[in-house]
Amino acid sequence: MKTAALSLRNWKEILRDKLNVSFGLGFPLVLILLLSFIQKNIPVSMFELPQLTPGIIVFGFTFLSLFSGMLIAKDRSSSLFMRLFTSPLKPNHFVFSYYIPFLPLAFFQAVFTYIVALILGLEFSIHILSSIIISLPVAIMFVSLGVLCGTIFNDKQVGGICGAFLTNFSAWLSDTWFDINLVGGAFAKIAKALPFYHAVEAGRYALAGEYSKIFPDLWWVIGYAIVISALAIWVFGKKMNYDK
Amino acid sequence: MIAIKTIDLTKNYKDICAVDSLNLEIKEGELFSLLGVNGAGKTTTIKCLSCLSKPSTGDALILGNSILKNEIEVKKLISVSPQETAVAPNLSVKENLGFICGVNGFNKSKSQDYTLKTIKNFDMEEIKNKQAGKLSGGWQRRLSIAMAIISEPKILFLDEPTLGLDVLARRELWALIKDLKKHMTIILTTHYMEEAEALSDRIGIMSKGKLIAKGSAIELISQTRAKNFEEAFIEIAGKRGEIK
Repeated sequence: MKTAALSLRNWKEILRDKLNVSFGLGFPLVLILLLSFIQKNIPVSMFELPQLTPGIIVFGFTFLSLFSGMLIAKDRSSSLFMRLFTSPLKPNHFVFSYYIPFLPLAFFQAVFTYIVALILGLEFSIHILSSIIISLPVAIMFVSLGVLCGTIFNDKQVGGICGAFLTNFSAWLSDTWFDINLVGGAFAKIAKALPFYHAVEAGRYALAGEYSKIFPDLWWVIGYAIVISALAIWVFGKKMNYDK
Repeated sequence: MIAIKTIDLTKNYKDICAVDSLNLEIKEGELFSLLGVNGAGKTTTIKCLSCLSKPSTGDALILGNSILKNEIEVKKLISVSPQETAVAPNLSVKENLGFICGVNGFNKSKSQDYTLKTIKNFDMEEIKNKQAGKLSGGWQRRLSIAMAIISEPKILFLDEPTLGLDVLARRELWALIKDLKKHMTIILTTHYMEEAEALSDRIGIMSKGKLIAKGSAIELISQTRAKNFEEAFIEIAGKRGEIK
């Protein structure tokens, strides 16, 4: 009940910020349109829709980190949080209330991206549904990153870290814009040690219906999601009691 | 019955002693004001009593519950209206009240009943659907106090509730606070002498973390042989070297 009340409030805060909705849906739309047109003029296998769409979804999720981080950072600096800290709430109530509203948003974002991809010529298959389901642990991982950043940094810092650094970092290392194996060396090793590349690969395998190949990549994403979530709850609990 | 009892309550921040061996008893149903110049230790005392800050040494009992050992029980008994207006700006008045009901674990029906009752009691019918962030300062402060009392706390901490309000809005809030006095124990901090005089049953004056005087406004005037309460405050606080 307590988590639901906080989640509902966060859900309303997110939806009433028009910038969130327009960026969350608009940016992936612009990118998929742009890259599809490039692909039509200069054919690049990487920008073919079955390859591109899962990458766009993962890139779109970086905005979930930004929005969740900004929301929690702004809340932390407000008197409303002081009021809530004196109520019988525990750190897990707070942290889960930031996850819950972002998951339906992630779902809509993934569905919306696939609808656009279908309009642009992606062949319809039941595997699209699998790819959307596969994207949920990826969304949890990105929201965890946002919650962690929002718990540690102020809203201006979160804007820089999640808005500039994370979006670029995840884009370069995700195998969406260029083949990281072509770069090779340390770059490819770093990319494969991080979850972004695996998130895109898992989505691609799911969309292709190659389910046996999903799991090595998805384990990376789930592992990162668990570790970052645990860290976010622990850090939030510490911050909640920082003065004690 | 004793609502609040502090036992050598002390809070140190590095080399600064913000609250120094505070021993104080506040009776149930009493409105007790804490006065003092900036940095006297009023807000830190409230932070300790509302479990936002852990005392360095000493303890306090809130209706018999230790702030150190029974934090969750204490939080069920208290509510805080912070110095700055603590509302969710993107939610309506009604949504803000419902949100706090949910945070306190009320079910849907109880939440609706309490929200409607509070809107009526606080004369907020005409603004109930307005976004909190777009209300005037007076209405926001009124809503902030309504959010603090909707859970029917036994003890209410009001930290400078009329700070920055115009005369009319302040007088309206005074009437509201006088009405609340009938239902709960209130601890008020303020810089307005006339406010403390008009509302309080007893007043405590803090200086450099210590409680240096306490009594009713009339008793404090009589102790200092001052012309009025403001003169009495200056006399008492001045003796401790706070006012030159």
